[in-house]
Amino acid sequence: MKQTIHEYLAEFEDIPGTRVYTAQRGRKGYWLNQFCMSLMTPENRERFKADERTYLDEWAMTEAQKQTVLDRDYNAALDEGGNIYFLAKIFSTDGLSFLQAVGTMTGMTPEDYQAMMIAGGRSPEGLRSIKDGN
Amino acid sequence: MARITAAIASSHVPAIGAAIDNGKTEEAYWKPLFEGYEWTKQWLKEEKPDVVILVYNDHASAFSMDMIPTFAIGCAEEYQSADEGWGPRPVPPVVGEPDLAWHIAQSCILDEFDLTIINKMDVDHGLTVPMSLMFGQPDAWPVKVVPIAVNVVQYPPPTGNRCWMLGEAIARAVESFPEDLNVQIWGTGGMSHQLQGPRAGLINQDFDNAYLDDLTENPQRLREMPHIEYLREAGSEGIEMVMWLIMRGALGDNVKPLHRHYHVPGSNTAVGHLVLKPE
Ligand SMILES: [Fe+2]
Repeated sequence: MKQTIHEYLAEFEDIPGTRVYTAQRGRKGYWLNQFCMSLMTPENRERFKADERTYLDEWAMTEAQKQTVLDRDYNAALDEGGNIYFLAKIFSTDGLSFLQAVGTMTGMTPEDYQAMMIAGGRSPEGLRSIKDGN
Repeated sequence: MARITAAIASSHVPAIGAAIDNGKTEEAYWKPLFEGYEWTKQWLKEEKPDVVILVYNDHASAFSMDMIPTFAIGCAEEYQSADEGWGPRPVPPVVGEPDLAWHIAQSCILDEFDLTIINKMDVDHGLTVPMSLMFGQPDAWPVKVVPIAVNVVQYPPPTGNRCWMLGEAIARAVESFPEDLNVQIWGTGGMSHQLQGPRAGLINQDFDNAYLDDLTENPQRLREMPHIEYLREAGSEGIEMVMWLIMRGALGDNVKPLHRHYHVPGSNTAVGHLVLKPE
């Protein structure tokens, strides 16, 4: 028999260090992500950079969501319903590449992260499933 | 009659676009990545496709959280490069092929694939980076493009089987287009990569190479692969590979690989590239 949507979604919680962008996250992060979209014009990027707090206050985001942006804490932003392709507009505004920004979520230094990628990236060994530990 | 003569699969990493735009392709870091596309660039000059049906995903550029079509087809005359937060890429406008695009849209809808019709959108690195990889930096792109945008951002994305079946429907639609056109279909995105969370940086060369093998040898395995397997094995953004199955589905039962390239890393991503011919 085909998997139900409940079984389908439950499996996503079993992947170490990963937040799959489910409907639940999408709903929670709606305004955070829409704010990110607004940074797709140079005018808005300038306004945001000039006064981040004031710019954020124009959006119906929670205080926790605003704080993740001010802190550039991307793991926390994912927990608040952010999606990486939306959040990319923030680090692009900061002039960071995906390589530089993504590394900040791993707890590694930028140098170590870059070195890991050049050496072939992070092995999936032990990181496939929390329950199976493989 | 229009016909699908060949297919290309390729990753579409934003940093690859930046490397091309900023003249870094000869640097030691980038050179081996770009060398793997040289064969294809030459081959395309001989093949001279009229149109590319370019399967890609929008990365929160044209589609925000306001509207999220699962499968959408671009029917516009022209598409501009999106400003993804660092200004639009300096590439020529992408010229559409509205006659063929509308024909595919109409045919697929009657064939029970209810595509969303797009008459205006900007296209992001997902579409423009493969164009740059295959055609370099011309003043104008040498092909017209029918964009097929697939949602792989908001879960659930379409299943592999559904992607495959859409590919088949697109092929049927192309075959019934009266104009004599040389059409290619490209599948883009992947291969293994994860851009989020503590597990970011994941690369799985074994998985990727088996995927490249099985596009020819055992496509049925890929067609049945559940999303969770992509997520566990190829990283959260590795799910983009499901889009390659639209391309593969359009080629029929048997294909012949003409060229293959695999390189790690392109920024955070395993870069895979394949040229296929239907048999
Ligand atoms: Fe992508």
